[in-house]
Amino acid sequence: MSEKIKHFPGEAVSGRDIRDGKVPCIKHRPNVKYLWSAGVAMSRFIEGMKAGKIIGAKCVKCKRIMVPPRAFCEECFRPIDEYIPVKDTGTINTYSVSYVAGDASRIKEPILVAVIDLDGASKGMGILHILGEISDWKQIKFGMKVKAVWKPANEREGSVTDIKYFKPFKEG
Amino acid sequence: MTDVAIVGVGCTGFKTVSPDVSYKELMFEAATRAYQDAGNINPRKDIDAFISVAEDYWEGFSIFDEFVPDQLGAVLRHLFTVSGDSIIGLGTAHMLIKTGHFDVVAVESHGKPSDILTLYDIVSFAMDPVFNRPLGGHPFYLAGLEMNRFLFETGNTKEDCAMVAVKNRENALRNPYAAYGAQIDLDDVFCSNPYFYPMNKFDISQPADGGIVLILASDEVASDLNDCPIWIKGVGWATETPSLESRSFGDAVYAQLSAEMAYREAKITSPSREIDFAEVDDLFSYKELQHMEALRLCDVGEAGQLIAEGVTGIDGDLPINVSGGNLGMGWALEASGMQRLLEVVIQLRGDAGERQLADVEVGLAQSWRGIPTATGGTAVLSNC
Amino acid sequence: MVGKKRVAVIGAGMTKFRRNLKETGKELSYEASSIALDQAGLELSDIKSVVMGTAPDAFDGVHMKGEYLADGAGGWEKPYSRVFVGGGTGVFAIDAGWWHVASGKFDTCLVVGEEKMSSCYPHPAYAFTTIFDQIYARPLGVTLIWIFALEMHRYMHVHGIKKEEIALVSVKNKRNALDHPCAQLGANITVEDVLNSEVMCWPVQRLDISPTSDGAAALVLASEDVAKKLTDNPVWIDGVGWCIDSTYWTNRDLYYPQYVQCAAQMAYKMAGIKNPPKEIDVAEVYDPFDYKELHHMEGLMLARKGQAPKLTAEGVTQRDGDLPINPSGGLLGVGNPIAAAGTMKCCEIFWQLRGEAGKRQVKGDPRTGLAQAWGDLMQYGSVVVMRS
Repeated sequence: MSEKIKHFPGEAVSGRDIRDGKVPCIKHRPNVKYLWSAGVAMSRFIEGMKAGKIIGAKCVKCKRIMVPPRAFCEECFRPIDEYIPVKDTGTINTYSVSYVAGDASRIKEPILVAVIDLDGASKGMGILHILGEISDWKQIKFGMKVKAVWKPANEREGSVTDIKYFKPFKEG
Repeated sequence: MTDVAIVGVGCTGFKTVSPDVSYKELMFEAATRAYQDAGNINPRKDIDAFISVAEDYWEGFSIFDEFVPDQLGAVLRHLFTVSGDSIIGLGTAHMLIKTGHFDVVAVESHGKPSDILTLYDIVSFAMDPVFNRPLGGHPFYLAGLEMNRFLFETGNTKEDCAMVAVKNRENALRNPYAAYGAQIDLDDVFCSNPYFYPMNKFDISQPADGGIVLILASDEVASDLNDCPIWIKGVGWATETPSLESRSFGDAVYAQLSAEMAYREAKITSPSREIDFAEVDDLFSYKELQHMEALRLCDVGEAGQLIAEGVTGIDGDLPINVSGGNLGMGWALEASGMQRLLEVVIQLRGDAGERQLADVEVGLAQSWRGIPTATGGTAVLSNC
Repeated sequence: MVGKKRVAVIGAGMTKFRRNLKETGKELSYEASSIALDQAGLELSDIKSVVMGTAPDAFDGVHMKGEYLADGAGGWEKPYSRVFVGGGTGVFAIDAGWWHVASGKFDTCLVVGEEKMSSCYPHPAYAFTTIFDQIYARPLGVTLIWIFALEMHRYMHVHGIKKEEIALVSVKNKRNALDHPCAQLGANITVEDVLNSEVMCWPVQRLDISPTSDGAAALVLASEDVAKKLTDNPVWIDGVGWCIDSTYWTNRDLYYPQYVQCAAQMAYKMAGIKNPPKEIDVAEVYDPFDYKELHHMEGLMLARKGQAPKLTAEGVTQRDGDLPINPSGGLLGVGNPIAAAGTMKCCEIFWQLRGEAGKRQVKGDPRTGLAQAWGDLMQYGSVVVMRS
């Protein structure tokens, strides 16, 4: 019926006119602040980061070791059995090279982003992190081994950023 | 036509804060309890659809839907979010089963207001950005405006409202799920801080954390899952208008409309006679009275008299909010309406312990989405 | 399907899609709904229920924005509800409209998809910074484009797909959009243009991506009884499907959207479709990025895994091909006001199945069409199958 519709409404305005105040607008910045409880599983993760360890969760039924840890096994729908550290080494599952910041502005030095499948966790259990100590991003390869570079112990604050980045490394 | 029953309920209980668990862990507990209650069903294969009733800014996430499936056992299954009132969630599950394509549907709702540092600023953020929000102020002044108009139009009094607070806080002492049980009297309400004239602090429900999951099933499978299915006789929901300037401040039109829809479906013509007890929204004390009148549980202007005579008390002829209501159980954001449904199910099953009502067959649950909305739902449930 | 009710689509409408529209979200909802009602030959008073599909509140800048939009969408004093499954919302909204009518509870339902992204200022991308886990993701500065680039790269790696094969989708959809009266980014571009466009987040380049947009679209649904009184040419909703995968997207292999397959299987089963590429005549597949059209064709089982680029290169997915995909111009061409974009896809299938798509009309006489959307953390699929 789109051919029967004679007029489609919608009046475009330019971004410039909005910026220049030529389009009537109301500005408001909401005051929204949260203090989330980390809960049982992620408290372990946070404490682990402080201690320089990546903590996973193990389900004895399906035998998976999961990272990030969770209090329940989503496959078996049962509480997980234990929290155990996995290794801070892994392989690159996929990667990208970002020239864009969160506000869509552009950055000169690209951020190297990767999903890293961690050693010691079950197959395909990756985490999102960034890569460092790579001079040319074309050196990054799928399946490449990487290792976490931690902040010094006295600078760690219980955050995923206690790992500064993952760097390429050769086993042995 | 397919009949639909509630065959499982799970609740974490409500607390003023819950720093020990994340929202995911809260949801996991409620779901685990509900699945066990519904004949120990396995969500990984036995549930045909899952509904989560949630709203982004209550959670601190954009697209909160992303964070729901794992803890409900709904990974790679048919889950979705309704950003609405929890009785709309119930109505949605009801419709799904009535299509004939779904036999078992789970409905989840939770509130974790203790995760929010700026709760009332977020409520303000729901107001019209051009016309209302710039006026500022605590958003609950809207409830003050409405209460004043309601009392003016109906002749109910501030004392009647205070009696609601006294009754519901006391009822909550008999409910292990409730966060705000207390023995208070009318003086306590009157001498509590004046907040939004004519409203005092004790007229206002306070935030509470907790989660509830309900399991619904078609008549074909309901009795296999639970010996005492609670039948949904009718469910309705309505939005009056978001516009503060156009809405009715004296009477709760959304409640009238949602109730008429539910009554039509349940074939109820005389609610005050046919309904044995009710759980109605009481986020503010006057709301219980206003909603009773909108639901035709009494005549306009009569609600205050009923509470004064004890008719709506636990031993009265028409007990209202035996659970403690929102004033007693706490304001659990979208789960506030689920609290009302939960209590009706527990009462109709005969599982309410020391607060059990005798010989109840038909119960009503009603909800309101709170300030600044004019949206709510009504459900009529029965154990026969 | 004894005792199961059929549901018809009897009207559709939409606004223009633009980067910034002067109209508010309420006004856009009203405009799209008015056209849909008009085309269906109904008045708002004939509408018994309303479903709103709209994505994050952070775009419009209103908490509980479903409530805020209610009067614009015709929800005044009506049973009105909002469904929300991220980017999957626009197609999911018609699924929700379907059960309002298929349950027998209402004989009409107005379905509205709305998004006013430009209210999130200075850039709608801000809204996307809060879609991630607050403990293990947000501190890294993660953005939406990162995660799609990661998915695109994995898909390319596993199947050995080249950028130039993917760019063909952008070329096709932007060209298709030249014929859409509401389109924001209709254009004649070449594969080279895509490959030479600014690198945003490798392998994603500027012309691989749909724009941010304002807009609304709406549909009127009716029971069989009502539909037959109003039109000789109803379009039936014969299958609906939806599915969600785990929140933990870094624990999944991103090369294949299992959840889209699961949603499609649900819809195909309901519609009695056994051989999708053969039985589906035209599809609107979610294409916020060019690779997503290919990825989703495979998830929908319209192409075998890794084979969608081949079909595209052979011209099968062109408007005059054997399996036209996104004849509207899709999100890449018409624009991407999140929930409204999915609903626009449903409108397009409705118009295609009625033979009313004008210059965009696909060849032959399409009888069965599909619309699909995708959302959340690369984890949601929503599908509708319609027949004339």
